[in-house]
Amino acid sequence: MKPLSISVVLAALSFPALAADKVAVPPAEVEAVVQAMFKSALEDWKPRVGQDETQRVCTDTRNNPPDAEAAKIKARELASIAYPEDGNVMGDWKKGEKIAQTGTGGQFSDEPGTVNGGNCYACHQMAAAEVSFGTLGPSLLGYGKLKNFQAAENKLALAKIFNAQSVVACSNMPRFGYHKFLSMDQIKDVTAYLMSPDSPVNK
Amino acid sequence: MARTRHETRTAAGAGALLAFVLGLAGGVAAEETAADQSEKEIEKYRAMINDPMANPAFLNVDRGEILWKTARGSKNASLETCDLGEGAGKLESAYAKLPRYFKDADKVLDLEQRLLWCMDKIQGADLKEILSRKFSGPGKVSDMEDLVAYIANKSSGMKFSAQVGHPKEQQAYAIGEALFYRRSSIEDFSCATCHGDTGKRIRLQALPDFTKPGKDAQDTMGSWPTYRVSQSQMRTMQHRLWDCYRQMRMPAPEYGSEGITALTLYLTKQADGGEITVPSIKR
Repeated sequence: MKPLSISVVLAALSFPALAADKVAVPPAEVEAVVQAMFKSALEDWKPRVGQDETQRVCTDTRNNPPDAEAAKIKARELASIAYPEDGNVMGDWKKGEKIAQTGTGGQFSDEPGTVNGGNCYACHQMAAAEVSFGTLGPSLLGYGKLKNFQAAENKLALAKIFNAQSVVACSNMPRFGYHKFLSMDQIKDVTAYLMSPDSPVNK
Repeated sequence: MARTRHETRTAAGAGALLAFVLGLAGGVAAEETAADQSEKEIEKYRAMINDPMANPAFLNVDRGEILWKTARGSKNASLETCDLGEGAGKLESAYAKLPRYFKDADKVLDLEQRLLWCMDKIQGADLKEILSRKFSGPGKVSDMEDLVAYIANKSSGMKFSAQVGHPKEQQAYAIGEALFYRRSSIEDFSCATCHGDTGKRIRLQALPDFTKPGKDAQDTMGSWPTYRVSQSQMRTMQHRLWDCYRQMRMPAPEYGSEGITALTLYLTKQADGGEITVPSIKR
């Protein structure tokens, strides 16, 4: 077998989702194109161009990892979760609402010092009064009420916001805490917005 | 850049206000209906602004024609001998078949890359200066945007005929598809995060599904380049993908890079057979 054929076969094996009649490009070639595409990135932005293990597996399996891989992802992501030291997972729901409404932060167009938003409404329905909500994620209208405002559920909610892939491997939802995209205080505020009986999400 | 941010906020704000007004009329129990009504109102707005006689992007088309025909650069030549794939100087249907493989460059090139190639080889143009105006802004015209508007308009009324016959085109397509599904950066996004399912919205904005060939891809690809009312500028697919990577929290992708061209070929293939009506006008 010629070296070329071997690489083509290997590439085909690592992309089971691709149909047999399509050209398979070895992952290293795709990564070379990616590196060239972002070659002018500032030094502190360069890590964003690469992939961690979870991103790589989710890419290769198009977000449908086999059970064994999914279990590995969930275990790894669960281990990344930090909880507030004092055990209180509920912040200020009013601040949480602002975070849920804010879609800026982390973009190359943002002014330095821009505080990141969670942009929850881009994908989720939350409070009934806000009808400008996206549908990429499930509706969270009345979520805390649905969970009977149980303290254990508040903690699970915080964990899911911190790292959604600890619950659903290859979830589309950003791993807000894992990436430090949101601070622990922000995550607590969003948790309160979602779970507090006083929050408009649960009215 | 500040304007792009402003656009996002204004869009979300306008959507929320519109939805709020409709929500008052419809009552609390009618969220779905209110959202549907908002969508209809937005559709009406789209139809209202989609008037070719009132589309400022036709000024870009006119400027592009002058740029195409004017002798410039160290070689004092026009672009009229530039071969965009259909033969030297032939513009009709060229855009409908781009990106494509060019033998002289031994590469798959999109329209912008091919124009830069011609500007360099035929005109001896100052590419650095031209690329300093790759995107237009207040008081800054973009030769690249104007030329794309002119050339794309020469395929208006025609159908996309994606070129995937040459091995290098097949390779570019496969790379584009891989990029489409590739997750990275600090929010774990890929193109497929937003464009991987049918009938989804971000806020109230409908999201086209690019995972399969058909209407979504055809309607989208067939309406770029477009005049963006919210940006007061004409924009090309090159800018749209740059803007997508901005929202994905990635660094700015290189203009005219192999990756952008590969993605464009993937999207064009999904839009194959779709009619081109450009320049269009959008929010």
